[in-house]
Amino acid sequence: MKKPAFKQIDGNSTNYWMLLALLGSFVLAAVGSHFYMEHGGHYVTGMNNQIVWGLPHVFAVFLIVAASGALNIASISSVFGKTAYKPLAPLSTLVALALLAGGLMVLVLDLGRPDRLIVAMTYYNFKSIFAWNMILYNGFFIIVGIYMWTMLQRNINKYSKVAGMSAFIWRLMLTTGTGSIFGFLVARQAYDAAIMAPMFVVMSFSFGLAIFLLIVMASYKWTERPLGDAMFKRLKNLLGVFVAGVLYFVIAQHLTNLYATEHHGVEAFILRDGGIYTQLFWYGQIILGSLIPLAIIYHPATGNSRSAISIASIFVILGGLAQMYVIIIGGQAYPLDMFPGKEISSSFFDGVVGSYTPTLAEALLGIGGFAVSLFMVAFAVKVLRFLPESLADEAVDPHHSK
Amino acid sequence: MSPTNSEQKTDQYRRKFLGQSAAVAGLAIAPGIVLNQVAHAKSDADKASAANRWGMLIDTTKCAKGCTDCVTACKTENGWGSVDGKASAEKLSNTEQQAQWIRKVTITDKQTGHVQSLPLMCQHCETAPCVDVCPTGASMKREDGIVQVDKHICIGCRYCMMACPYKARSFIHEKLELQKATAPRGIGTVESCNMCAHRVDKDQNPACVEACSKADHNAILFGDLKDANSEISKELKKHGGEQIRADLGLNTGVRYQGL
Amino acid sequence: MMSLRQFAKHLALLVGLIALPVLSNAGELSPSVPKAKANVSETQQCVEPIDVIRKNHMVFLEHKRDETMREGVRTKKHSLVECIDCHVTPNENGEYARIGEDGHFCSSCHNYAAVNVDCFDCHSDLPQNASAHMHTLNNNNPHHKDLAANGSLTKETLDVLTEGDKK
Repeated sequence: MKKPAFKQIDGNSTNYWMLLALLGSFVLAAVGSHFYMEHGGHYVTGMNNQIVWGLPHVFAVFLIVAASGALNIASISSVFGKTAYKPLAPLSTLVALALLAGGLMVLVLDLGRPDRLIVAMTYYNFKSIFAWNMILYNGFFIIVGIYMWTMLQRNINKYSKVAGMSAFIWRLMLTTGTGSIFGFLVARQAYDAAIMAPMFVVMSFSFGLAIFLLIVMASYKWTERPLGDAMFKRLKNLLGVFVAGVLYFVIAQHLTNLYATEHHGVEAFILRDGGIYTQLFWYGQIILGSLIPLAIIYHPATGNSRSAISIASIFVILGGLAQMYVIIIGGQAYPLDMFPGKEISSSFFDGVVGSYTPTLAEALLGIGGFAVSLFMVAFAVKVLRFLPESLADEAVDPHHSK
Repeated sequence: MSPTNSEQKTDQYRRKFLGQSAAVAGLAIAPGIVLNQVAHAKSDADKASAANRWGMLIDTTKCAKGCTDCVTACKTENGWGSVDGKASAEKLSNTEQQAQWIRKVTITDKQTGHVQSLPLMCQHCETAPCVDVCPTGASMKREDGIVQVDKHICIGCRYCMMACPYKARSFIHEKLELQKATAPRGIGTVESCNMCAHRVDKDQNPACVEACSKADHNAILFGDLKDANSEISKELKKHGGEQIRADLGLNTGVRYQGL
Repeated sequence: MMSLRQFAKHLALLVGLIALPVLSNAGELSPSVPKAKANVSETQQCVEPIDVIRKNHMVFLEHKRDETMREGVRTKKHSLVECIDCHVTPNENGEYARIGEDGHFCSSCHNYAAVNVDCFDCHSDLPQNASAHMHTLNNNNPHHKDLAANGSLTKETLDVLTEGDKK
């Protein structure tokens, strides 16, 4: 098989600069909303003492989870030896790093004291999964950075397998750590479950690949490079498997909770009585985010259509955001069960569903995270050789079957 | 028969011996008595010690539903919330954003309709989830069991607020000023009841306990759980005391009776 | 390659640009620091010798804050509250400068040195005995006593306004 040739994109067209300008303006909006939030304090946001993590965290956790999933394509080629994916491996590492950078930016900018980030880097409580996550995130940058380097520089290509294996193991630890942020919390009915960690791992597969697929399709369409059906089919079928995987974990989690009377309260809240959370769960996460994409991907009429698959990928991303909203905000909104069998009321909103209305500042901060990631990718493919010149069928897999 | 010379000498020796022994015994015991008294009083230079574990025992049967004396006392002592109509120091935050270190909770049994009232504050757990999850170690437990936030290194991530099973923690959503010298509190950090550590360190009761006893309700008892002779330990031994959410196994320092 | 003349011109411009801010502050080469309430002793002004405390106050404060907060040691030496009680004093009108204003003890130097002070986000910048109502009516302010004297503000009103909520 001919070695894939990588080439920078031209990046000269007006459309390209407009894309960068558009993304740049969202980044600026995010920075502006951060200053607005930090200057006066969090009272300008919709977050309060009942819902302490809001829309910024929905975006941040989504991006961080997707980041580890975006590395999948590279892992499949280096670790599992599927050479067909090798041409896309460098781009996969790039998207992974960019998404993590965007997600962390949102997370850090939402801190009550972001000026104390250096404190977070130097004072560690090793019993905290949050502290472990900081080590995992920083390690991800280093390890995936090295992995990327072994693939871009020809004379160290031989180390890419070891680097790829290390990156694969590291990202599994990272996503397990991210899921455990919620899984380790004994206090809340919606969390405190071992399934959180593996569920987040499978979610990362799904969200990461959806974003990656959209980036590949867009890059090749806009630079008029060929993207053959063979590669396209592999990616979209893989996405289908991952979306189904997430649906399986969601079903397993809720069925288990529904079996235990202890959890009926929170299940009724999420599945039936939770207002916005129930709507986001059924319409956003299940129908829009799982069932419709599965139908599009596997139905013969739509399965081969590029535009239909793009829409499916967008739905997966929207459904993923809805899922994060339900987990993070819905999980906090459900009141703490301090006195089982009794009704509680107090001046501190005990016993009532927490109220949360997201504000524009929070939304801009979150969207800005996406914008930072996409800006980094768009810029990097212009300055470095991340994109293969051709992903036509002959280039990808000469022995492909139609 | 009058004592002989040798018997007199023996008596003298005996008296001397007994006197000396008594003196030595007295000298041996005296420091113990003196030290025992000193051990109870804490000087400014003494560190909080693991020999103590401060706790509270709340008798819900003595807690009146409409009474908020403990809450008012805490507000006045620590400078949060609205007292006697005077606005809270947090002027820009809405009611859901304003801090509450302690609150009165009313619980109604769904089956029996029985209504109870109790004050709820940080439970000062032995294995506090908030301490476990804090990434920087700002959420900490002192040697003597008091759980608090070291706001010098708090980065305001609010993870401890997610983790607390009692929703005891609050986040400061705006700039504050003119804080009490004994209760520094500021924007972007998390805070909660610290059992009036500044008062405990001066051998005083926490403000809520003080107010409840001054008003003669006597619903809250404060003391050293590790001292078997303290009033709280004796009361706990006699009548017991339950933890809220005991199934979590956190071994809280705050116990309740009558739940 | 530029000529010597060009180089000299560039150098002069650079020096001139750097000299400008220095010269413009020529009259203010050291900040004016408000006086404390009293000296610690006859031989020593502050709890540590002046040169030591000026250079190392942050070290003392950081060490002390951990001792107090984490270990419950509440001795007065190096305590921030004690520093403020002694160093933050009212002016002739009985008014207190606030942190950030040049008249406040800490800010007088920190503004000059352009070093951020983190303490007062949480700690009060005023001494414990400074009334919280100083910013509204201050009955130490002679102006208000004058108002009372010339009849526009009765003494009863003044008393109620300043003492009224002290039970």
